[in-house]
Amino acid sequence: MKVSYFPGCTLNTTGKGYDNAVRASAAAVGLDLVELPEWNCCGATYPLIVDNMLELAAPTHILVSAHEQALDEGHEAPLLTTACTTCYNVLRRTNHFIRNHPEERERVNAFIEKEYAGEVEVKDILHVLRDDIGFELIHEKVQSPLKDLKVAAYYGCMVLRPPAEVAYDDPDNPRSLDDLMAALGAVPVDHPHKNECCGAYLAVKAPDVTREMAFTILKSARSSGAEAVVTNCPLCQFNLDRRQREMTQFHAGFAPIPVYYFSQLMGLALGLDAGAYGWERHYVDARPQLRALGLWNG
Amino acid sequence: MKRIGVFVCHCGTNIAGTIDVPRVIEEIAKFPEVVYAVDYKYMCSDPGQQLIRDHIAADGLDAVIVAACSPAMHETTFRRAAESAGLNPYQAEIANIREQSSWVHQQEQEAATNKAIETIRTIVAKAHYNESLIPFHLPLVKRGLVIGGGIAGLQAALDIAQAGYPVVLVEKADQLGGRMAELSGLYLNLDSSADPLGKKIEAVKSHPNIQVLTGSEVVGVGGYVGNFSVQVDKSPADEGPVSGEAQSSAVKRSPPAPSFSPQRFTFDVGAIVIATGYDLYDKRKLGEYGGGRYPDVIDGLQFEAMLRPDGPTGGRIVRPSDGRVPKEIVWVQCAGSRDPELHMPHCSKVCCMYVAKQATLFKQRVPDGQATVFYIDIRSQGKGYEEFVQRAMEEYDVLYVRGKASKVFQENGRATVWGVDTLTGLPIEVEADLVVLATATVPRAGAMELGQRLHVSVDEHGFFSEAHPKLRPVESLTAGVFLAGAAQFPKDIPETVAQASGAAAKVLGLFSQRQMVQEPTIAFVDAEICSGCGLCIPSCPYDARSMHEWRHIATVNTALCQGCGACTMICPNKACKLRNLAPIQVLSMMEAYL
Amino acid sequence: MTEEMLHSDPAHKGEEATHLSNRVLIVGAGIAGIQAALDIANSGHEVVLVDRLPSVGGHMHQLSETFPTLDCSQCIMTPRTVEVGRHRNIKLYVYSEVEQVQGEAGSFHVRIRRKPAYVRWDLCTACGACTEACPQQIPVQFDRQLEIARTTKSGQVRTYGTGKAIYTLSPQAVPKKPVIDTGYCTWFQKGKCRLCEKVCPVKAIDYEQQPSWYEEQVGAIILATGYELYPLSKLGEYGAGDVPDVIDALAMERLLSASGPTAGLMRRPSDGKVPKEVVWIQCAGSRDPELHMPYCSKICCMYSAKQAMLYKHKVHDGQAFVFYIDIRSAGKRYEEFVQRAMEEDKVLFVRGKVSKVFREGDKVLVWGVDTLTGLPVEVSADLVVLSPAMIPSEGTRQMAEMLRLEVDEFGWWTECEGNLAPLETRRRGIFLAGAGTGPKDIPEAVSQGSGAAGKVLSLFARLTGAAGAPVRPEDTGIGSSTRP
Repeated sequence: MKVSYFPGCTLNTTGKGYDNAVRASAAAVGLDLVELPEWNCCGATYPLIVDNMLELAAPTHILVSAHEQALDEGHEAPLLTTACTTCYNVLRRTNHFIRNHPEERERVNAFIEKEYAGEVEVKDILHVLRDDIGFELIHEKVQSPLKDLKVAAYYGCMVLRPPAEVAYDDPDNPRSLDDLMAALGAVPVDHPHKNECCGAYLAVKAPDVTREMAFTILKSARSSGAEAVVTNCPLCQFNLDRRQREMTQFHAGFAPIPVYYFSQLMGLALGLDAGAYGWERHYVDARPQLRALGLWNG
Repeated sequence: MKRIGVFVCHCGTNIAGTIDVPRVIEEIAKFPEVVYAVDYKYMCSDPGQQLIRDHIAADGLDAVIVAACSPAMHETTFRRAAESAGLNPYQAEIANIREQSSWVHQQEQEAATNKAIETIRTIVAKAHYNESLIPFHLPLVKRGLVIGGGIAGLQAALDIAQAGYPVVLVEKADQLGGRMAELSGLYLNLDSSADPLGKKIEAVKSHPNIQVLTGSEVVGVGGYVGNFSVQVDKSPADEGPVSGEAQSSAVKRSPPAPSFSPQRFTFDVGAIVIATGYDLYDKRKLGEYGGGRYPDVIDGLQFEAMLRPDGPTGGRIVRPSDGRVPKEIVWVQCAGSRDPELHMPHCSKVCCMYVAKQATLFKQRVPDGQATVFYIDIRSQGKGYEEFVQRAMEEYDVLYVRGKASKVFQENGRATVWGVDTLTGLPIEVEADLVVLATATVPRAGAMELGQRLHVSVDEHGFFSEAHPKLRPVESLTAGVFLAGAAQFPKDIPETVAQASGAAAKVLGLFSQRQMVQEPTIAFVDAEICSGCGLCIPSCPYDARSMHEWRHIATVNTALCQGCGACTMICPNKACKLRNLAPIQVLSMMEAYL
Repeated sequence: MTEEMLHSDPAHKGEEATHLSNRVLIVGAGIAGIQAALDIANSGHEVVLVDRLPSVGGHMHQLSETFPTLDCSQCIMTPRTVEVGRHRNIKLYVYSEVEQVQGEAGSFHVRIRRKPAYVRWDLCTACGACTEACPQQIPVQFDRQLEIARTTKSGQVRTYGTGKAIYTLSPQAVPKKPVIDTGYCTWFQKGKCRLCEKVCPVKAIDYEQQPSWYEEQVGAIILATGYELYPLSKLGEYGAGDVPDVIDALAMERLLSASGPTAGLMRRPSDGKVPKEVVWIQCAGSRDPELHMPYCSKICCMYSAKQAMLYKHKVHDGQAFVFYIDIRSAGKRYEEFVQRAMEEDKVLFVRGKVSKVFREGDKVLVWGVDTLTGLPVEVSADLVVLSPAMIPSEGTRQMAEMLRLEVDEFGWWTECEGNLAPLETRRRGIFLAGAGTGPKDIPEAVSQGSGAAGKVLSLFARLTGAAGAPVRPEDTGIGSSTRP
């Protein structure tokens, strides 16, 4: 299955390891991610301010690119996916806005000198894996099941809110990442804070706030019996992982817990060479845990 | 040629202050068929009415027009006056020259006078074609049907039965008592609800006029006010009707079927009271409160069950997860109410009070326990209610926190509530042993379908619609069907009981007549012209139109027709007409004016 | 009708049916009393309907528009008041009081005292000439003693009462016959004038008129005596009723009403200016166990939201504030109504009780607090409307004594069994309806009016064994069966 792929800035630079994992594991299950020939930064959360032109134009430009690619390369349908949840949130909501606001649509189209009316469907990669590929198929392709690793799935905000525009799962009790983990041979552990915010950009301005927010989530995961946390958002991974550096200072007795990006685990379970999946960027090194489970092949 | 008498009222200065009445009289006297025209200061007064009576006799009038105030005020008065002088009351007409002329054109006296003259002219034209009409008399079955055996249904049934009329009470569950039977104690005196309710149930079961069908559902209703035909299916669990069977042969039962299929009862009734009560909003829809996910997050009725000595826990308040007695309980109010974005926009009215009651009962039984209530507004408006809540706060130390709860979750055995205290502006986290959600009160499942079967409208949430929100709270818009209790909107027990008696009063009023009288100024079908196109049938808002079985022309149900005229507009060849407002009358009125 | 059925109510056994009347006395012709009267009259029984005012309608008659539909109060009410006025089964005694009641259910003997109106109603044609001629301009109870500013011929602005000494309550009054208020009438006070007598075309004025008494036999009684508002004089912290432009909610209704003293134009009483900032103060005397009434008066949250909306509809650039403790909008469509006031009409709801109201220059200062920010708030208002506590109608206690019935410590009628018998008293045959038992809104009062009627009809059937006795259609009025 061919799908237009938008890597986004993060997965193109500091998160290159994740991008490797995404592409490889997708290919292994028959999902052909075709990178857009031309793309720009989606603008992160700024397009949500809809009264300014550039912030709308940037993501629309990406959508147009996806549309053109689908037509040129004969994709079944114009479908754009990304593995960065913020990019997903931005692209999907901009698409929704363009579809429903004819006057603004005209303005934006005039600015970017293209005709776009929302023809593309924007889907998060986890959504594509769940509905277009199917977890059963992925399960069949698993070579090294994850040895019942007790893993707490963490979704963050971007794929759940606002529900009417972006959610492809129950915003109060999502299950897709949990189910994917189960298909890969891990044991998903339910915990109450799987959809709480990690603090997002406060990582820059107020890291002590993100530390506390991360602590709430990780403590809850631990007390629910998790040995690891898995997420589908690179920024969440960063906040939950990096802030563990100061956590023991403020919370005595805190035991560090590895935080995986889901494609890393997917690649491992599918038996792929996971060496270039960005392990060195983790603060809490996950490799010892993987070695102990006999899952580390790097 | 008709002999029309016109009587112009001064209405004190209400008409005469603006309109030149003598000139009106002068002009009207010139109209064809007007044989007598006179004015008087107050036509509706006794002397004024006598004037009409005298001249009907003296001048041999066969039609009377009173040019005065709105027909809503005195049409009946003048029709009666005419009737008492031997004239058919439907030959008496009103020309409204007060509300429609004098009062709205007070600064333009000449124009108002001209308008009054023209108004009367049009009514004279109409009167020319008026027919003498007789009101319809329709048969009336003096038996009531009460749907729902909760406190509303029980009260309504009792009131009707005690007035001497037979009542059939249909209840879906196997027991009577409805939701009230699920409660532990009633506020304000916290007595156990089983006793007063038990007495009511006994009174109903033992009343010879009441036939109780439990485990039963109304599956079909046909007919109209005074003559409904009802079909009820009773599921096979019981042996049969509880009481009164020997005395009432009116309820026909089909021969007993094999035990796995329901028994069908059919009977006729004259009036129906809907008392189907409420359900609680499914707490599983409250994802943010973990409803259905966590064992120690329950709803109000589940807590009531724990308080009841005959309940599943034998009257002990315990955590569902491990059976321990909870020391900290949090009540979350407005769980699904007052939430137009995600759940129900309405307020469920009774929760503030039952939460105060539950918290008080908890503190009485677990004195070292801690009760916390998260609220937005405390709605304790009834008699003694304010004081009851204050007592919970002051004597039982129930902590009231003003702020909506945002999240409820359970981990490590504790149920945690995240909320906010808007009065300090700080977020609050309470770790509790048990969380009780005061979920929204919604209509019973199946209410909408029942409404369709009875042709009674419900609002967008399924609450039955009352005929007028202020002045007709116990009547539906469907003649002969009345409403009582939470089926119409959440309400507490005293309000429910009063409303049930109100619905019963309406039924008794209906039954107090020998027959039903229907105004004859309704629609009729000219059979010669009707082509059987059927357009009139969906146009009728009162379901009063249908197609004759084999003649294939439209018919009018005279009991249901309200004379609104929608069918007359839609009829393409004017076969459908209103009595005394036929097309020829409307056209001649227009001609008279132009 | 079997013996068993007569005694089917286990609490009341052994009745003897002697000299039984199936007529009903209804005390109070407000909306609850009117509803009960119509339901009973339409069932073929005679009603004796007594009210102390010169016309029927009670407080609903004073209102401008009603929540949550914003129906004009008189428009929805007059079809009923007119029907009451002309129903052949209703014997109407207005301007009257029940002086004595003896007997038991099935046969009560009632003595009614009609106050002298000083006008012969049998002659009066309600032409209105007397009211027009009367030179007085007095503050009247119907308009809550409002004094409205008017500009005199010399250009001065002075305030005048809104009524005359000889008056009918309103243009829609039923019956529409005048009475003379001897407390203000110049003839009764000083022996001068008698203008009304001079202008009356039918010589209906009778200054010598005496009270008259009437005896009635009835089988049941419904008490629908209604409510009054807590007097502003007791609210010292809010100006004790002496501060100009601090008025009560019913006075605001009169100002908003199209048939009121300003014909519905929004004007400040003191100087006739259009108020640009109006403040509503909730719980003025309610929920205040230390100083005033501990109970909640139930309807004020809703009527304040309504009045604020109506004010904004009339004064588009005005600002409306409502100071509240809890917003009690629990009825059908009430929650949505208050949200509409906030969102569409931009009425500002401030959560906090007002501590003080006083005059400064030509403004009224309101000191309150916004508990959601924790900061004190001061509003410089043009007009302040208080939601005073509801209290039982004057004379309820005396009537209770006369009837040997109970009232609670505040004077509200005590129901037999609060939860399951809200319409019954401890005396058989005497029932309750409406706000006389405690604050309630119009739909509830109407519901109770019908409920009490149902109780009466049921009782009569049991007492007289006349259950289901058919009534001739003529006795119920033409077409009144299927068209309520």
